[in-house]
Amino acid sequence: MNRGRAVFLVRLALLVGAVVVLEVLCRNGVIDSLAILPPSEMFDAMIERVGSGDLNEGMAQTFSTIGIAFVLALALGTLAGAVLHRVPRLRAVLDPLLASYYSVPTFIFYPLLVAIFALGKTPLVILGMMSATPAVVISTLSGLDGVPPVLLKLARSQRLGRLRTLCWIVLPQALPRLFSGFKLALSYALIGVIAGEFLLSGTGLGYAISFAYQSFDNRAMYGAMLFVLLIAVTANGLLYGWEARLSRRRSRQ
Amino acid sequence: MAGTTPLPARRRRRFDGVALLLVCLVLWQAVASWTNGIAVSPPLVALAYLADLMGQGSFWGHVGATFAAFLMAFVLSAVLGLLLGLVLGVWRFAGEVWEPILAGFYTIPKVTLYPVVLLIAGLGMSAKVAFGVMHGMVPITLLTLASIRNLSPTLLRTARVLRLPPSRIIAWILVPSCLPDITAGLRIGFSLSLLGVLIGEMFSSQRGLGFLLVSGMAQHNVPLTTAIVLLIVVLAIAANTLMLRYLKF
Amino acid sequence: MRGVVRHYAGPPLVHALGPIDLELARGAFFAVVGPSGCGKSTLMDVLCGLAKPTSGSVRFEGKELHGEVPDGIGVVFQEDSSLAWLSVRQNIAFGLRLSWLPKREVQDRVEHAIGFMGLSQFAGHYPAQLSGGMRQRVCIARTLVLRPRLILLDEPFGALDQQTRLLMGDELLRLWRETGATVLLITHALDEAAMLSDRVGVMSARPGRFIDVVETGWPRDRDSRVVSDPHFGELTARLWSSLRPESMKTLGRVA
Repeated sequence: MNRGRAVFLVRLALLVGAVVVLEVLCRNGVIDSLAILPPSEMFDAMIERVGSGDLNEGMAQTFSTIGIAFVLALALGTLAGAVLHRVPRLRAVLDPLLASYYSVPTFIFYPLLVAIFALGKTPLVILGMMSATPAVVISTLSGLDGVPPVLLKLARSQRLGRLRTLCWIVLPQALPRLFSGFKLALSYALIGVIAGEFLLSGTGLGYAISFAYQSFDNRAMYGAMLFVLLIAVTANGLLYGWEARLSRRRSRQ
Repeated sequence: MAGTTPLPARRRRRFDGVALLLVCLVLWQAVASWTNGIAVSPPLVALAYLADLMGQGSFWGHVGATFAAFLMAFVLSAVLGLLLGLVLGVWRFAGEVWEPILAGFYTIPKVTLYPVVLLIAGLGMSAKVAFGVMHGMVPITLLTLASIRNLSPTLLRTARVLRLPPSRIIAWILVPSCLPDITAGLRIGFSLSLLGVLIGEMFSSQRGLGFLLVSGMAQHNVPLTTAIVLLIVVLAIAANTLMLRYLKF
Repeated sequence: MRGVVRHYAGPPLVHALGPIDLELARGAFFAVVGPSGCGKSTLMDVLCGLAKPTSGSVRFEGKELHGEVPDGIGVVFQEDSSLAWLSVRQNIAFGLRLSWLPKREVQDRVEHAIGFMGLSQFAGHYPAQLSGGMRQRVCIARTLVLRPRLILLDEPFGALDQQTRLLMGDELLRLWRETGATVLLITHALDEAAMLSDRVGVMSARPGRFIDVVETGWPRDRDSRVVSDPHFGELTARLWSSLRPESMKTLGRVA
C-alpha cells in the first residue's frame, strides 16, 4: 500500500515537474516560444477557445462521429465475433486476416473513403469503425473462448435455456474481456476520427487543430490540442478505472 | 505443423484461403463498379497502374523516401524501446511509475501532436522519423517491460541453484524466456512506426508513399491512390505474416 | 417413488463405456473408482442426462432420461464451477433462480445451505477470495438448495489437498445422512471410496465396465475416523487388487 502511494506521488511529481521545467525553459527563451507555448499559456488558450464557443460546433461534430462509430463498431464487432465463434471454419479462414489487420495502417483507406462518400461525416464514421471493429471482434472471440466448458455443463444441469445461459453464464463470464475490447474500441475510434479530421475534412476538433496550424495561429492550435488530449486522457482514464474495478472483484485473493 | 496436418484438412484450408482472396477481389470490383471507377479503381486497373508506376524512376524515389524514414524510425524505436523496457523492467519502482504514463500515451490521438513535431523538427525527414518513433517505441517498451517483470522467479532460482554467472543468466534464461513477448512488441512497433511515417507524409510532405496517396486524391488520380493503397496493404500484411511465421519462439 | 436409477450404456464412436448395469436404491451411497481415462466422467454425463447413451437407457424414478437433466438430480463437477461474478450467497441462490418458489422459501434454503456448509463467515465474499476447498463447498451448497433426491459428484475433491479432502468427506457424509438423498460419488481415490460409501463399484480400463462391486459394511453413522479401523485397510487393499491390473493397462497404453 505504502509502495503504491510512493509510486503515485513520484509519478505525479514527475508530471508536474515536466510541466514546470517546460514552463521555465519557455519563459527563459531556451525553447523558442514561437514553436512551443509555455504550458500556462496553452491552458489559457484552451480556456479561451472553449469559453468563446468557437469549438462548440467542432465538438458536436467530433463527439457525435466518434459516438456513432463506436456504437456501430460494438454492435457489428460483437455480432461478427459471435458468428465466427459458432462457425469454426469461417474463423479459421479469417484468423490470419484478424491477426494482421492492425499491421495495415487504416488511415491509408481514408482518401478512398472520401472519394466514395464525399467529404463529411460518413467517411469519418467508417474510418472510426474500421479502426475499432476488429478489436471488438477479437475480444468477443477471446471472451467466448474463455467460458469454461464446465459452466456450460452447469447451465445444462440446471436446465437453463439458451437465452438464460447467455445472460446468466456466458455474458457475465466474458464481460471483463469484452470490456477491455470496448475500451480499446473507444480509443481506436477516437484516434481514427480525430486523425481523419486532422488529415482531411472541414469540421471537427482534429480539423480545428490542423486549420490553426496551417494558418500559423499557434495559440489557437495549442489550445485545441490540449483540449483534445485532455478529453482523450479523461475518457481512457475513466474506462481504465472502470475496468480495474470490474476485474478487482474476480482476482482479489 | 503443416507436416502433421492431414492432407484433406490442408487442402480444405488452402481452398478456403483462395476463396477468401476471391471474395475480397469481388468485393473490391463491386465497390469499383458501383462508383463507376470515379472513387476506386477496379483491381485490374489498379494492378496495371502499379506495374506502370514501377517502371518510373520518380516512383522509386518516393518508395525510397518512405522506406528510409520507416527504417530509421523502426530501428530507433526498437533500440530505444528495448533499452527503456529493459531499464524499467529491471528497476521495478521506475517501471511502476512509468507504465501508466506510457500506456496513457499509447491511447491518445498522437496525430494532434504532429504540428508540434513539425514546429520543432521542421518539414522533412526528421519530422517523419520522430513521428514514427513516437508511435513505434511505446509498445516495444511496454511489452519488453512486462516480459521482464513477468519472468518466473522459479527460473531465476533455478539459475542460482545451478550457479550460473550473470552473463549466462542473461543468455540462457532472460533472453529466451522474454523473446516471445519482445518479438510481439517488435511486430507491433514495426506496424505502428510505419503508420506514424505514413501519417506524417499524408499530412505534410512532398515525398513518400503517403504523399502520393494524398496527391492522387487531390489530382483526382484515382488509379494512383488505389494502387498505392494496394501496395501498402500487401506489403504490410506480407511483412506481418512473415514475422508471425518466422519470429515464433 | 421407487428411488431407482438404472442404466445401460453402449459404445459411442470411441468405445468409452460399458456395457454397464447399475441399480441404486434410494438413500444409498455408492462410489465409483477406476483407472484414469476409463470413462468415469462419461458415466457421470450419461447418468445425469447431460449425454445420451448410444444404446441402452437410463431411468430416474421410473422415468427415462432424454438428454436432459431431470428435476431431482443435483450435479457437482470436478472443475471449479463457481461463478466469479457472484458472491457466495448469490452463487448458492443461483440454482433457485429458475424455480418459482416464494422469496422466503428461497432465502431460507440459501441460508440453511450456507450454514450447513460452514460458509456463514464468507457469504458476502467472492469466489476469488476463497480457497479451492471453500469454492467446492459453494458448488455443493448450490446443488443442495435444489433439494436433490440424487446427488452426483464427479471427483469433487480432486483438486484439494489430502487433509481438506478427508474433512470434506465428513461433510459429505453428514449431508448424505441429513438430507436422505442418494449419493453417487465418482473418484480416483481408493481411500475416499472405501471410507465414504456403502458400496464401491470398480471400473475396468476403457471401455469402462464394472469388474467388482464391494460392500463396505460401514454403519450409516460414520466419519473419516474409520480409516483407523483395520477393515478400512482390507477394503482399500481389495479395491486396489482389482484395480491394479486395470491401472497398469492404462499406464501401458499411455506409455
